[in-house]
This record gives sequence, structure tokens and C-alpha cells, in this order.
Amino acid sequence: MIKSIRMSALAAALVAATSLSAAAETVYNRGNSADPETLDQHKTSTTYEAHILRDLYEGLVAYSAKGEIIPGAAESWTVSDDGLTYTFKMRDDAKWSNGDPVLAGDFVYSLRRIMNPMTGAKYANVLYPILNSEAVNKGELELEDLGVKALDDKTLEIKLNAPTPYFIQLLAHQSGLPVHPASVEKYGSDFVKPENIVTNGAFVLASFIPNDAVTAIKNPYFHDADNVALDKVKFYPTEDRGAALRRFQAGELNTNNDAPLEQIDFIRSELGDQFKVSPYLGNYYYALNHESEAMKDPEVRQALSMAIDREFLAEDIWGGTMVAAYSLVPPGIDNYGEPAYAEWKDMDLLDREEKALEILESKGYNESNPLKVEIRYNTSENHKNTAVAIADMWKPLGVEVSMLNTDTKTHYAHLRDRGDFDVARAGWIGDYSDPQNFLFMTESDNDGFNYARYENPEYDALMDEAAETIDLEKRAAILKKVETIFMRDLPFMPLMYYGSKNLVSDKVSGFETNLLDVHPSRFVKISK
Amino acid sequence: MLRYVLSRLLSAIPTLFLIITISFFLMRVAPGGPFDLERPLEAKVMENLNKIYNLDKSLWEQYLIYLKSVLSGDFGPSFFFRDFSINELFAQSLPISMQLGLSALALALAVGGFLGVVAALRQNKGVDYSVMAVATLGVTIPNFVVAPILTLIMGVHYGWLPVGGWGGGAFVNMVLPVVTLALPQVAVVARLTRGSMIEALRSNHVRTARAYGLSGYTVVVVHALRGAILPVVSYLGPAAAALLTGSVVIETIFGIPGIGRYFVQGALNRDYTLVMGTVVVVACFVIIFNLIVDLLYAMLDPRVRFD
Repeated sequence: MIKSIRMSALAAALVAATSLSAAAETVYNRGNSADPETLDQHKTSTTYEAHILRDLYEGLVAYSAKGEIIPGAAESWTVSDDGLTYTFKMRDDAKWSNGDPVLAGDFVYSLRRIMNPMTGAKYANVLYPILNSEAVNKGELELEDLGVKALDDKTLEIKLNAPTPYFIQLLAHQSGLPVHPASVEKYGSDFVKPENIVTNGAFVLASFIPNDAVTAIKNPYFHDADNVALDKVKFYPTEDRGAALRRFQAGELNTNNDAPLEQIDFIRSELGDQFKVSPYLGNYYYALNHESEAMKDPEVRQALSMAIDREFLAEDIWGGTMVAAYSLVPPGIDNYGEPAYAEWKDMDLLDREEKALEILESKGYNESNPLKVEIRYNTSENHKNTAVAIADMWKPLGVEVSMLNTDTKTHYAHLRDRGDFDVARAGWIGDYSDPQNFLFMTESDNDGFNYARYENPEYDALMDEAAETIDLEKRAAILKKVETIFMRDLPFMPLMYYGSKNLVSDKVSGFETNLLDVHPSRFVKISK
Repeated sequence: MLRYVLSRLLSAIPTLFLIITISFFLMRVAPGGPFDLERPLEAKVMENLNKIYNLDKSLWEQYLIYLKSVLSGDFGPSFFFRDFSINELFAQSLPISMQLGLSALALALAVGGFLGVVAALRQNKGVDYSVMAVATLGVTIPNFVVAPILTLIMGVHYGWLPVGGWGGGAFVNMVLPVVTLALPQVAVVARLTRGSMIEALRSNHVRTARAYGLSGYTVVVVHALRGAILPVVSYLGPAAAALLTGSVVIETIFGIPGIGRYFVQGALNRDYTLVMGTVVVVACFVIIFNLIVDLLYAMLDPRVRFD
């Protein structure tokens, strides 16, 4: 009872604090792809959920406006020499939105919660580098066996299974955000309701109305609150990109994180540099089924890949919002150098086509005996256009393409259930900036992502070796070897690196393009 | 009459039951489940999720569980909007869709009816042709074209009205969606009214009324329109059910948190309970509006009796 009075007093204070300055209230109207499935960070899986959750919560580490890792709830950390033990020192002034201090124990509770199989966390496996986490998540070990310990209120120790150079990057993922233990214990899954929620980020949830907006208001207890310029952030689900563009033009949205591709020329001429395209940590690729008759020959796969004019796809089909990809790992990623590009990357397209034609002819394919290939894709205008363009590029080689499209759920369910296919569209956005986060997809035991059913013991062994290697340069060299094998065997045919497409009003500052496309609202300022 | 209403409502129960049963099993035929993601789940996690949502039980058991909870008025938790139950989602969105739908309906009836009567009175004259031309346009231009054009002109170009958002139901936010929603209905209502009005104006009872020397207003509104409105009423029954249960196009384009979007979101996300919920809601609306139409018929047309 007393607690609830205190809570409502706080709520009243918050309301008063915001309404007092109502005249000068700064509201950031932020277009954000879609509604979150849930605001329970441990149950989310998408980037648009992450945008909201990183504003509400602060993990041990956080992102700067440029997408670099900065200290979050932990002010500093040390790594043991063997790379297996991380010790975090908690920030003294880190507080929850009800005034409670943020303690090391809160993170122990949170990490145990996400690994608890009862939680049903979709993305728990991102944190599998933590000692015993996989066994805990599979219900084979107790929660207490998880390698996370509070040495005291201000010191957190995390032990890992293997040295994981990207572990700090990993902690910035939404799965690493803490929950307020007392609220979760008290309200169960209802702790996410605006009246119950307690957060430790720059903002705290005020309301969530599906298909309308998620509204968050400034958290006065946030340690860096003095530097937070916004009073309120409203996240709008902007599924209709055309409508979002009009709302942006009318000044109803300050930013939106996507743009209608069919209007790219108009947008460029109309909005000028308010339309920001920049490289994004992702790859748009075609998975080639190594078990299918059409795709089992490595030379045929290579020939098909060679004949694709990727610049045309990126520039003409995708309006310059994608970048032609000749490797799986996007360039500019952390802990890596130049990716391993396709051997023929710098060859002239005409020569490539000629060579591809030669290869297919030597395999006995020609116009009277065409190679029959089916491309599967999930329904979308651009996926269709891409497939049509590729079919057209393959046609002169004596390839007969048929197409099949299904809705997204059906598409991925088919790939995962090892349904029959030749070529299937897929895409991958990295969860953290490390090449491992791309190359792990085609390990032979990766049932979920290895759509190609690629099996190569050498590939697997090198991946294991990289996982054991602490020295970053040596590790990068091993991973590059892995990617070279990948580009030779082509389980996936990389087509384009994704680009991020943001509409950013001239009045907005502190919204900087970056490889991860993360834009914490706490750094955003809006001029009148 | 009460007896009639009651018996109609009772006879709706088996219909509803049938609809629920068929859609429940049909929906499960679709490949993929609510927890299928691009990134697959750990077996243990999946098992727990299935347990929480009763998906580990046999389909028959799930069906019985669902029937039981629907009977007690509980549509269950949403599989996709995991912070909400279906009841919470509907409690919040249905009033908004109904408010929009009713406003559009009233607008369509008033404007469409008026235009129809005017056209009928000036049959084969300029006014008639222009009304019918506009009506034809209204029916043929889809609302996903009308909506962006209206927002571009009124919102982006002139800045008179908001381009999107609900704004808690503020009048300015309602203008464009209501107009867009009403336009095709205006057209249909105008055409229907015109057709039946022309017929009514030539009928014996109207000729008699004229012969009595009644005023033009009384002849047209009291005697002719009353009969002429019947086809409109029977059209409006199902149309109202459709309008009041939201429009996915209007709601998506204008960013309105109504119930219409849940039809598509539920189906695409394999949100079983959400799909079932929307099916039940639409079915109820159709049943209720058909009943209302029948009652109105009896009120308007002296020839119709409940027995």
C-alpha cells in the first residue's frame, strides 16, 4: 500500500514535471517500422523493438549516437588475460525510474531470467558465450549455474565458455538489457504495463497503444538526464512507408527509419540531404540448396553468381539504397579486415557472363536443355523485382527460372523444415559487429540458418579454431580463411549489403548514420 | 416483436458456433506457427512457449479450451501482441473503428441520399448526369488512391489537416479518414436511392398523393422516399457491419489504431487468437446488422410483418 502511494506520488510528480513545462515540451516524433511484439526486452527479437527498448533501458554498455560502444550501467570493466572473465564496475549514480539504485544483482537476475527456459526468450542464444548458458537455457542445468555473479552490489562478474572478442558488443544487444527484479516479481508478465513499468534508461514508458504509438517520457532519475534534451519520444509504427513519407513531409514525424523505394527519385529531389542512405550491417542473399539437383555442382553455383549484375540490382531495382555485395561479411565490420571477396569481383561483367556461359555449356546446359531453377521468395514487390531481374540475367546462360512466392512465415518455415527448394531469398542483419555473426550461419550444425544444408568439416573446424583464438589479428585471419571457403562453395550467394534509409528532418540533430543503424533518442535534439 | 428478436438471436448461436469451428481448424492449416522466426528457437524454449499457450495439446483439446474461454467472454491472450489480451486489444480499438464507421455511414447516408433524391427528381437532366458521373468515379477509385491524394493535398500541400494519427479522436484527425471511408458508400447510396426513387415517384401511391394536392416535400420525403429507401437499408446492413469493423487500408494509411489492421496482422503473424477474435467480432456484427435491417424493414414497409 505504502509502496503504491509512493508510486502514484512519483507518477504525479512525473506528470507535474512534464505538464509544467508543457508549453516548452520537446517531443520527438519517431517513425519506427512496426509495433513491438512486446516491451519485455527478453522476449523481443527485432531491431524496431530494440530502438524502443534501448531508450527505456540501459545495459551494462550502451551505444553512442555514432553507434560506438560506450559505458552504460557499468562505468568500466576489465577482462582477464585468458579472455574468460569480465568484471564490471557498476556506475554509482545509475538509478531506476523509481529511484532504486541499479545493482550488480539486477543484472544477475536479468541474465538468469533470459536464460530461464520458462521465460521463452526468443533471442537467448545470442548470449550463449556466457558460461553454462546454453545448458541452462535448455533446462539441463540450474539457473544458479549460470556464469554470472554479483561480487558485491557494485561489482558484476561474467564468466565465458571461450574467449569471445565481441562479447562487449554483444552486451549492447537488447537481450542484455536489465529488468527491474522487484517489478517482475510483483507483476509477472504485466511488469511491462505503463502503470507498473520501472526502467533505468533515459526514458520511461508512458503508454503503448498498438497501431497508434509507444510514448516514453524523460526519466528524471537517469544518470545523464541533464544532457537529455527531449521531454517525450513517440514511436509510431510506420508500416505504410508512403504514408510515413507524407507525415514526414507534413512535419508530423521528425524522423523515419525507412522510405518507399518506388519513390526514391522523388525523395532525393524533394528532401535532399534529409534522406540519408548509409551502409548497414546486413546481407541480402540467395540461399542455394546443396541437396537440390540443380544446385549441387559448385561450378554451376559459381557461374550463376558470376552472371549477376549486382550494381544493377542495387542501383536500379533498389534505387541505390543497397550496395552490390561480393562477400558475405559486409565491409567496415569490427574485428576483421577486408572481407574475402569473390575472385571475379573486379572482372568485367561481359567477361563474367562469357565465362559463366562457358561453364554451363561444359555442363551440358543450353537452350534446348535448360537448367531449371526455382526461386522462392517471401512476398514483396522488391523481392519480386529482384528475382525477375536475376531470372533475366540467367536466361542467356540457358537457365529457365520459375518463381514461387509465399508470405514471410510460410517462406521461413519452409526453409527451416528442410522443405525442397533450389534457390531461396533470405537476408541477415547482424546482431553485433563481428564477422562470426555472419559466418556462423552455414556451420553444419546450425539447423536454423543453414538453409543451404551446407556441410564442410573444414569450415566447421576453422570456426571452432577462431572461437578459441584470443589474439584478434590471428582470429581475423582464420575467419577470413573461413569466408574464402564460403565464397568458393557458395552455400549462399551474396547479392547486396543492406543500406539504412533514414528520413531525418533538418530540425533534428544528434541522429547520426552508422553501420548498426542505432540512434539512441537520448542524444537527439530538436530545434523549434 | 421481442419474441422475434429473441428467436433470431437464438438462431444465431449455431451459426456462430459453426463459424468458430470452421475458422479454428482452417487457420491451423496455414504453414508456420506464431513462434516461427527467421532465427529459430531452442527446443526447450519452444516447448515452454507452446505450453504457455496450450499449443502442446492436441488440436481437439485446444479447440475445447478455446470454446470454453470464448463462452465465458474471454478471447484469450494475443500470440503476437504479447503484452495484451485480445479483449484488451478490442476494447481499445473497436470503439475507434465504430466511431469512424458510424461517422462515415451517417455521412454516406446523408450526402448519398440527398444526391440520389436530387438526381431522381431531375432525371436525365444535367444534375442527374453529373451526380451519377461523380458516383461512378466514387465507386471505381479505390480508397488507397483517394487517401494518399487527399492527404497530399489537404495535409502536405496546404497543411490544413493532419496527414495521419488519431490524436485521441480529435475532429481534425477524423475528417480525412471519414471522408475517404464514406466516398464509395456515398456513391452506392446515391445510385441506389436514385434508382428506387425514380420507381417510387412513378408508383400509384405517389401519384395518388400528388392528386390529393399534397406539398412537394410531403410527397417526396414522406411518401416516395419511405419506400425508396428500402433497397438502401438492405444494402446498408452488411455495409455497416463492414464499416464498423474497420478498414485495414484506411487505418494503415492514416495510422489509426482501429480493429481493421488486426485482421491482416493476425493472419500474417499466425496470431491464432487474434484471427479468431476478429472472425467472431465480424460475425456478430453481420448477424446483428442483418437483424436490424429486418426490423427496420418492418418499420418502413407496412407490407412486412414479423410472422
